[in-house]
Amino acid sequence: MSVIGMPVRRREDYRFITGQGTYTDDINRPGQVHAYILRSPHASARIAGIDTSAAATAPGVVAIYTGKDMAADGVGGLPCGWQIHSKDGSPMVEPPHPPLIVDRVRHVGDQVAAVIAETLAQARDAAELIQVDYVEEPAAIDPVAALKSGAPQVHGEAPGNLCYDWHLGDLAAVDAAFVKAARVIKLDLTNNRLVPNAMEPRAAIGEFDRATGEYTLYTTSQNPHVIRLLMGAFVLHIPEAKLRVVAPDVGGGFGSKIYHYAEEAIVTWAAGKLRRPVKWTAERSESFMTDAHGRDHVTHVELALDSDAKFLALKVSTVANMGAYLSTFATCIPTYLYGTLLAGTYTTPAIYVETKAVFTHTVPVDAYRGAGRPEATFLIERIVDLAADELGMDPAELRRRNFIAKDAYPYQTPVALQYDSGDYFTTLDLALKAANVQGFEARRREAAGRGKLRGLGIATYIEACGIAPSAVVGSLGARAGLFECAAVRVHPTGSVTVLTGSHSHGQGHETTFAQLVADGLGIPIESVEIVHGDSAKIPYGMGTYGSRSLAVGGTAIVKAMDKVIAKGRKIAAHLLEAAEADVEFKNGKFSVAGTDRSQTLAEVALTAYVPHNFPHDELEPGLDETAFYDPKNFTFPSGAHIAEVEIDPETGHVSVVNFTASDDFGRILNPMIVEGQVHGGLAQGIGQALLEGCVYDKETGQLLTGSYNDYTMPRADDLPSFKLSTNVTPCTHNPLGVKGCGEAGAIGAPAAITNALVDALKPLGIRHLDMPATPERLWRLIQQHRSPLAAE
Amino acid sequence: MQETVSLTVNSKPVSATVEGRTLLVQLLREQLGLTGTHVGCDTSQCGACVVHVDGEAVKACTLLALQAEGRSVLTIEGVATGDTLHPMQEAFRNNHALQCGFCTPGMIMSALDLVKNNPNPTEREVREYLEGNLCRCTGYHNIVLAIIEGAAVMRGEKPPPNVHGVAAE
Repeated sequence: MSVIGMPVRRREDYRFITGQGTYTDDINRPGQVHAYILRSPHASARIAGIDTSAAATAPGVVAIYTGKDMAADGVGGLPCGWQIHSKDGSPMVEPPHPPLIVDRVRHVGDQVAAVIAETLAQARDAAELIQVDYVEEPAAIDPVAALKSGAPQVHGEAPGNLCYDWHLGDLAAVDAAFVKAARVIKLDLTNNRLVPNAMEPRAAIGEFDRATGEYTLYTTSQNPHVIRLLMGAFVLHIPEAKLRVVAPDVGGGFGSKIYHYAEEAIVTWAAGKLRRPVKWTAERSESFMTDAHGRDHVTHVELALDSDAKFLALKVSTVANMGAYLSTFATCIPTYLYGTLLAGTYTTPAIYVETKAVFTHTVPVDAYRGAGRPEATFLIERIVDLAADELGMDPAELRRRNFIAKDAYPYQTPVALQYDSGDYFTTLDLALKAANVQGFEARRREAAGRGKLRGLGIATYIEACGIAPSAVVGSLGARAGLFECAAVRVHPTGSVTVLTGSHSHGQGHETTFAQLVADGLGIPIESVEIVHGDSAKIPYGMGTYGSRSLAVGGTAIVKAMDKVIAKGRKIAAHLLEAAEADVEFKNGKFSVAGTDRSQTLAEVALTAYVPHNFPHDELEPGLDETAFYDPKNFTFPSGAHIAEVEIDPETGHVSVVNFTASDDFGRILNPMIVEGQVHGGLAQGIGQALLEGCVYDKETGQLLTGSYNDYTMPRADDLPSFKLSTNVTPCTHNPLGVKGCGEAGAIGAPAAITNALVDALKPLGIRHLDMPATPERLWRLIQQHRSPLAAE
Repeated sequence: MQETVSLTVNSKPVSATVEGRTLLVQLLREQLGLTGTHVGCDTSQCGACVVHVDGEAVKACTLLALQAEGRSVLTIEGVATGDTLHPMQEAFRNNHALQCGFCTPGMIMSALDLVKNNPNPTEREVREYLEGNLCRCTGYHNIVLAIIEGAAVMRGEKPPPNVHGVAAE
């Protein structure tokens, strides 16, 4: 029986439920010393001097390094992986990003010095003895204010704090559509800044082998080869052949562990200097002030409709906060992962978007679960809901009226993407039914009887996943290819090792990929071993982000299996003395059609490695094939999410009483794992809508939400049990028909929740509210709208 | 200043030399090599370091190692009996109640403490009890299912049907 589509229990679970996982901080190397990073307490300051003399003689201290030491050694800056061009054709501004700062700090948490000592406690004690002469300067914190004249400047290279001023779409067509529109809906909104908060803090161990001259970096990464390339080629100038990067068990990423971080370069460089392994692990407060944050957009959006409530045009203007430096993929998030998604699920014929990316004295911002697509979905689904309200239409009906037709695929949007498949009507209907929307008004009345404001909100979404066709993204400024690799190594007795460039940090690849291979090669799942996360073991792979692992990494595995089967067929034909064309492979056996003669995969593999009777003229020995797969298009998962909330007007507290998600991920290999991915995404999306918000003091740039005391993570009792269903329209351009499921929850939920809140608050005359809808914010809003006096 | 602390960990007597400021979680991870207990924050909120001390769930970052003198500590490494998983561990696996696995040891140790005090918890009670354990991957949905299943098995009852379709082993 095929294991495809089965809820196979995860093979990785045993080590985690017994405490035997190996995360980076669980690793200790012989002779290891510890690094503590002294960080800036100021958002913006010039460094007049650093006195390390007292610290250098403190107990256990091995070395103290500053940016001058690294610069003197020729260490480069952390590179940005995507070049955006402005409207006028000029390239974005890329200021230097040294691993340790030299003369100026640009955000609270910026790296000032590295103290290396025998124990972490000694390193930390010594760091307190370092005297840094900071000359504080005004800080630019609010991204909109940072663009205004007279704002404090983050980098001399970037006048007006502008990184780029980008646009996409046909402005003339959009303006013409607005002129003839029957109705124009306008909205200003923010997409709140988030802190990713993978439960495992980042960690890194650098090591240098003086016998071989080889460096090893153990790090909490979603993509070890990308780190090897960036750190090796751009920062430390170590050839790939002398640099191994290992990402062992990694405790969640959500995007934040894609990027190359300063600490990775610091420990690797220091290990080379000291000839001892150097370990660094973030404290949670360091995670808050150094992990790349997410979102942080300020947007004005206008939607034009005709008299039949058909969307004519969408016009979007966004200010996107980059933070103090450009993180690895920061620049593509508010552009090509955002503007290209603004058609959503709709036929809007004309779209124009412009994005100003701005430097501020805050932590860098980059991709966080969804990455641009939640921001696009939030603004589309908010303005569509507002339009329905202003037109007095059923929000579901307005959406249906503008959905892309079921028979319109492939569908070319006005913002570059071509959707290959989808069926938004069925997905929405599934959600409406599962959420019992028909019975909602009765539930609203019942809640009102208890003094509660109950609301229901719908959001549909589209995302572009399976990132990405290399030629396409290259033409848009990507400085990397976005293929994936896989090697399928059949051993002499028939067991199989699969080497994959996709990295698993919670996604369950060791299970899903094994299902794929067990099915493809017709062998027991127990015979398949999945290996990932070590640049010394696996071919050059691009890693895990953008819901790409199965669509891109899984397809690479399929391609490698195809090669194994093709070679196996030739070997079997030789052994069976049959024509290759007559040999078919099924259920793990090569058989001669119409006969009972066959060879198992294991028999063929043994022949391949003990090639006594072997077609040497035609084939090389061995059964070990590698494939690289570069996708032809993005994949386009879609869905409809419905939230039902109750607000207690006396306290502003929100209960999410129901949450229904109906998603189309294409074909599904392990439904249990897919549901788990949706659950997690929904929790992060609901967190963004109701609880999570990164707050800086607008004057001083101090991070006010720097710990779990101040930044509200979703807890078990903040969330409901989720109702999930799936609709399947297979992806047309990968052999698995899969689309990706990792980000969907975080994309649909913020808009669904906010729409539900606005629906609940409509009787008070409230038409919009920004995220997070904390009890305080809601209570104040309700008070203001209840009594004009209270607004004073 | 260094001092010696002696305690029982997972039924074995151990001694170690620690500083006054050494936390129990540091002793477990760094000196005893029990790295299943994790550190996910620095404000005693995430719950990744929950262990049992004399049968009570404790965040191991809130106790100095010296305060564990003479006490009995159970960590995630001591929960299974040989190769036989504890029913709560089995329930986590049956319900896909973990993804990255980082919060999992603390979740399981908290779940065991909940069931000890409340052998038949409702969904609401499970959710409220988990206030002190953060998970960023699962949205808690499957953790709640797992704890309800684990509690049933611990009570000696047949667990509720597995909603994921995972066949019992």
